[in-house]
Amino acid sequence: MQRITIDPITRLEGHGKIEIFLNEEGDVANTYFQIPELRGFERFCVGRPIEEMALLTNRICGVCPEAHHMAAAKAADAVYKVEVPRTGKMLRELLYSAFYATDHTTHFYALAGPDFVMGPDAPVAERNILGVIHKVGLEIGGQVIQMRKYGHTVVEIIGGRKVHPCTSIPGGLTKGITKEQRDEILEMGKWAIGFAQFSLKLFNDIVLGNKTYVDLILGDIYTHKTYYMGMVDENNKTNFYDGKVRVVGPDGKELVKYAPHEYTENVAEHVEPWTYLKFPYMKKVGWKGFVDGADSGIYCATPLSRLNAADGLATPLAQEEYDKFYKTLGGKPVHQRLATHWARLIELLYAAERWVELASDPEITSPNYHAIPTGKPTEGVGIVEAPRGTLTHHYWTDERGVVTKANLIVGTTNNYAPISMSIGKAAKSLIKKGTVVNEGLLNMVEMAFRAYDPCFGCATHSLPGQMPLEVTIRKADGEALDVLKQYID
Amino acid sequence: MSKPKFAMYWAASCGGCEIAVLNIHEKILDVDANFEVVFWPVAMDAKYKDVEAMEDGSILLTLWNGGIRNDENEHIAKLLRKKSQILVAFGSCANEGCIPGLANFSPASEIMTTAFNTISTDNPKGILPQPHYKMPEGEIHIPTILPMLRTLDQVVDVDYFMPGCPPESHQIAAVIDLVIQALQGKAQLPPKGAVIGAGASTVCDECERKRNVKTIKEFGRIQLQHADPELCLLEQGIPCNGPATRSGCNSRCPSAGAQCIGCYGPAEGVSDYGARLVAAFGSVIDSNDPAEIDRILDGLVDPAGQFYRFNLAGSMLKASIPAIRANGG
Amino acid sequence: MTEDTKTFEPTIIGFTCNWCSYRAADMAGTARMKYAPNVRLIRLMCSGRLDPTFVLKAFASGADAVLISGCHPGDCHYIEQNYKALRRYHLLKRVLGQLGVEPGRLKLLWASAAEGAIFAAEINKFVEEVRALGPLNYNKYPLAVQAHGMVGTEVPA
Repeated sequence: MQRITIDPITRLEGHGKIEIFLNEEGDVANTYFQIPELRGFERFCVGRPIEEMALLTNRICGVCPEAHHMAAAKAADAVYKVEVPRTGKMLRELLYSAFYATDHTTHFYALAGPDFVMGPDAPVAERNILGVIHKVGLEIGGQVIQMRKYGHTVVEIIGGRKVHPCTSIPGGLTKGITKEQRDEILEMGKWAIGFAQFSLKLFNDIVLGNKTYVDLILGDIYTHKTYYMGMVDENNKTNFYDGKVRVVGPDGKELVKYAPHEYTENVAEHVEPWTYLKFPYMKKVGWKGFVDGADSGIYCATPLSRLNAADGLATPLAQEEYDKFYKTLGGKPVHQRLATHWARLIELLYAAERWVELASDPEITSPNYHAIPTGKPTEGVGIVEAPRGTLTHHYWTDERGVVTKANLIVGTTNNYAPISMSIGKAAKSLIKKGTVVNEGLLNMVEMAFRAYDPCFGCATHSLPGQMPLEVTIRKADGEALDVLKQYID
Repeated sequence: MSKPKFAMYWAASCGGCEIAVLNIHEKILDVDANFEVVFWPVAMDAKYKDVEAMEDGSILLTLWNGGIRNDENEHIAKLLRKKSQILVAFGSCANEGCIPGLANFSPASEIMTTAFNTISTDNPKGILPQPHYKMPEGEIHIPTILPMLRTLDQVVDVDYFMPGCPPESHQIAAVIDLVIQALQGKAQLPPKGAVIGAGASTVCDECERKRNVKTIKEFGRIQLQHADPELCLLEQGIPCNGPATRSGCNSRCPSAGAQCIGCYGPAEGVSDYGARLVAAFGSVIDSNDPAEIDRILDGLVDPAGQFYRFNLAGSMLKASIPAIRANGG
Repeated sequence: MTEDTKTFEPTIIGFTCNWCSYRAADMAGTARMKYAPNVRLIRLMCSGRLDPTFVLKAFASGADAVLISGCHPGDCHYIEQNYKALRRYHLLKRVLGQLGVEPGRLKLLWASAAEGAIFAAEINKFVEEVRALGPLNYNKYPLAVQAHGMVGTEVPA
């Protein structure tokens, strides 16, 4: 059977490859989206002090270390059962909001944007951030650079460094901010709101104003009906830093809303032998394979799912955009995966507004940002919304607070099944008998995953090692007949 | 005349080095003006086959970040070495293994069995991923994990070493400036094998905290106290790797109230980073009585992790005995 | 352990200080006291000179055990530096333990210049203890055992 390999996939964080098999007619028989990387965090975090989790797990992903930093910090708080003072929580969420604004900017302009600004089949040499800057001009390019600069400046002020923040510890932070720093952060936040609105307008003009792109977004190629997951506050409004995890079905109705320590009752991870990444699914619905629908436990966790899972956004300008979004796309929930790019920009606006909200709070400069834990460390779960999906950190420790076991379900991992399905569907729709398969077409297959803004560095924190062998002998329909093992207990 | 070619690649890494490069902000336009970017998976769409088609030595400068974890990493390292004139080990992973190097504390097999049998993993048959797997349509492949995490220069010849997790953006900007000046004949590149983009001293030298004679009676945990923001952290019994860590970061973490965890790697003249810290920490313990020394050391709950956090794969021993024995050693 | 531990001859590196323990070894030699030849002695001016790097290098190069020997507490020729050796030894043992190197492979021995017989007896005992542990084989790992090849790992002139 003829096969087309895309290796490596590009304009995302992490590693992956796509295998497309064509039958004799020239139609797509099947696609496999394989993740080739793993490092082993769940193993090598064992033996390390709990307070280091917020530093070590940063290195799961250098694009979104802030997410791991916060999830690990919250898990460590839970391990000690310590309540972080209000100022500490606000400082963490302020850092997090500025990070969100930067990260969504990086994704939209550098990773996904080239497909829309330059065109999905523009020459490779132009279809990247540098091409985008040339095309939109240095003034706009300069704005993108400024947004990233501002976001990372806030991360540095509160988190100590631009990449891999170091200030969250069990019970709070190692430092607070001065009034001067708060003023600087506030000014940058106000500018960020303007930039977010500008980005939404840009999307409106370049993407929604272009019929080809609108057809692409609304078309069936990139549409799937699955469950949708997102963290919400007590009013069911999206919150990136804290709250409960809410999951709604393909019909928009709530399936479950769970607290962090309840995640194992709700999420399980399916294993396939041809990839290093696992496929999470809703445990109570069950794993039914790579299929859509309410009977399949597959869910996604993306900006789109967060909007689908919430009843709205907690800040006014973003709420307006939320309303416009659903009005334009015909109500909740929205299933068209390319609409995630739009949802991401709405979240950029919410993040910027939240940034200003928190920076304006008079207690943000209070010196009461850390409560010394007094309880005995045992076990804890911390959940945040990473830009790329719900992020769960779970640690067990001994009585000294040294980690004895760890379990991580990471943002993009949540989306592995839907991404695989999106890639498969896109390939099947785009590649048919007689299609000229060129580089631009293959890029359109890749666009199926880019909407999810994947972070496979995150997803592949786990690490296999010496290759145990398990050979599964299957019938043509996939049913396993026999399993032979070596090196496996 | 065509611009010299530039590439950046990531192996077993996290993407932080890529972000650090993007954080040179406007300077990215200098990169664009002076180089043709031919391979950089995070930012543009060139594929492996495009690299294979390039002439040997046709890429002037390649920044490689990430450790060598699997056979694909090793293959691409050798490929890019062939295609590049200057290969830089960029960032802690490529230089010394960094956090993925912590995997060398255990046999690689344990790591796999942990990941595929966690509390939330649905795997009753104990399936583990296979490098080659026959699907109905054909055989598909994923890389084979190698028994040890290795540094770049344990696999290929490296021209320059740029440490940091990630390298600080102002250092990256300075190095880019230097390369552009060298291209224009206005500057000389340092001798091959040099450490670039970093200082020649230790983090302690850059740290502004007050230092006195250290006499440690107790090692503490940062969360269990409100540390004095002006005084040396190690002096307060909070473990800090400043004494052995290379300068160049402006002592970022101690300035923010956190310990130096050692992400800039060994300082100039340090053969084994962990050994240097054993010497330093050992020297400042305030007791000559073996029982009391042990009691004080009990407060340091993970000394090997503290001292080899970023550095295990690049250290003298490189891995634990169980990890090596599982490798057939 | 795959080798027959009865026929295994341990390779042990012994770091001795110039003023006490090296002289003890010397004394044992001139008095023709028999002691096991498995220990290769390296003389330092003081046990406080022992850089933990030397111990790691010994293991990385194939040593099965390392002995550190210096003056008795209170008798150090340089006053207090043997206490540095003591503290570093305690910490190094813990680090090596986490790397899977058994505590029995690193020994600290105080010996004065007059204690040749004691020194010889201790060495014999140590060799048998290490023989029972078996070979360490750190250097069987396929990579080079030299320190990491970065410029700057050599001590500047």
